Amino acid sequence: MMVAETVLEEQVVYARPASLRDVPTHYCPGCTHGVAHRLVAEVLDELGIRERTIGVSPVGCAVFAYKYFNTDGCEAAHGRAPAMATGIKRVRPDMVVFTYQGDGDLAAIGTGEIIHAATRGELFTTIFINNAIYGMTGGQMAPTTLPGQYTSSSPAGRDVETAGFPIRMAEVIAGLPGAAYVARRSLHNVKEIMKAKKAIRTAFKVQLAGLGFSMVELLSACPTNWSMSPPEAMRWIEEAMVPYYPLGDFKVAEGVEALLKER
Amino acid sequence: MARGRIEINEDNCKGCTLCTIACPQGVIVMATDHPSAKGYYPAMFVDPEGQCTGCALCAVACPDVCITVYRQVPAKTRPQEAAV
Ligand SMILES: Cc1ncc(C[n+]2csc(CCOP(=O)(O)OP(=O)(O)O)c2C)c(N)n1
Ligand code: SF4
Ligand code: SF4
Ligand code: SF4
Repeated sequence: MMVAETVLEEQVVYARPASLRDVPTHYCPGCTHGVAHRLVAEVLDELGIRERTIGVSPVGCAVFAYKYFNTDGCEAAHGRAPAMATGIKRVRPDMVVFTYQGDGDLAAIGTGEIIHAATRGELFTTIFINNAIYGMTGGQMAPTTLPGQYTSSSPAGRDVETAGFPIRMAEVIAGLPGAAYVARRSLHNVKEIMKAKKAIRTAFKVQLAGLGFSMVELLSACPTNWSMSPPEAMRWIEEAMVPYYPLGDFKVAEGVEALLKER
Repeated sequence: MARGRIEINEDNCKGCTLCTIACPQGVIVMATDHPSAKGYYPAMFVDPEGQCTGCALCAVACPDVCITVYRQVPAKTRPQEAAV
């Protein structure tokens, strides 16, 4: 008789998700656009929906997102991704549709589009990258720029007397009737990244269940335009951004509660 | 404690250092002598004492998906052995 001995075997416990093409990205070192891409790709893999997903890319640093996601994709004019996603989803309700948008894209030039898409309860998912700045164009002030924050167009710091206060988009969208799931998470450390992934998964499940519009706002680092090293940028998210942009679920409509309890 | 190891794709690494901060075992260090083809000093896995546990926290932190993580797990009993 043979006694089974414990033989150790090497297993891959983490590898690039199939939904993310194996190409280098153009993002700066430490830019968490890369983390956000990876999380979305992991969720698409885990839900087994890669083959029927269409991503809509923004104008902004993520303009080439359609080249990075291994899904179908297209590129919208600045801020218009929600309008394009609306059209795609209505024509092809069998597809999973998401927009990936920055804060200049979603919270400035495209505010109208996102508000009305959410109000109508369009059945797509929005991944909203809040890095408190216009990254692509050289670090100008965004609607999300914090009070006192230095940017290339607010060299003395954002003056709320003239520029007003930063807009909390997750809370705004959560107030709209068609929004089924709206959450804010952060990408500044491993623990928060894991929570962000769970929220992204919930958002896609809300779409699959046809419950309404879903959006996850992600606090994201722009080390280049913040003039910080990547570790400094992560600390700045935690110490400056999170206090102004609280993390949590802002809208959990009927039917979504059950999805939250799933793993 | 589980044993593991990682592979880092140096060509995609941008030297951001975030994996070195995420690793609880301190077995990732930044290169200081050889820049990558892109001109960054890449992260390197240096684990002479086999301290890596394959926890994958480094891979979760990496914005450029450079890290593949392996872990030693007990192999399933082989069918021919089970038949005896
Ligand atoms: C109609 C139009 N207006 C203005 C621009 C210039 N522009 C390009 S990207 C951008 C802002 C990008 O910022 P954000 O959406 O925050 O994305 P990030 O680059 O930070 O990821 C602007 C204003 C444009 N491309 N098209
Ligand atoms: S400019 Fe900022 S947002 Fe754009 S890729 Fe660089 S770090 Fe990322
Ligand atoms: S798998 Fe865990 S222990 Fe191994 S290098 Fe990565 S973070 Fe460190
Ligand atoms: S986190 Fe990724 S890109 Fe950054 S240094 Fe480590 S391996 Fe390189």
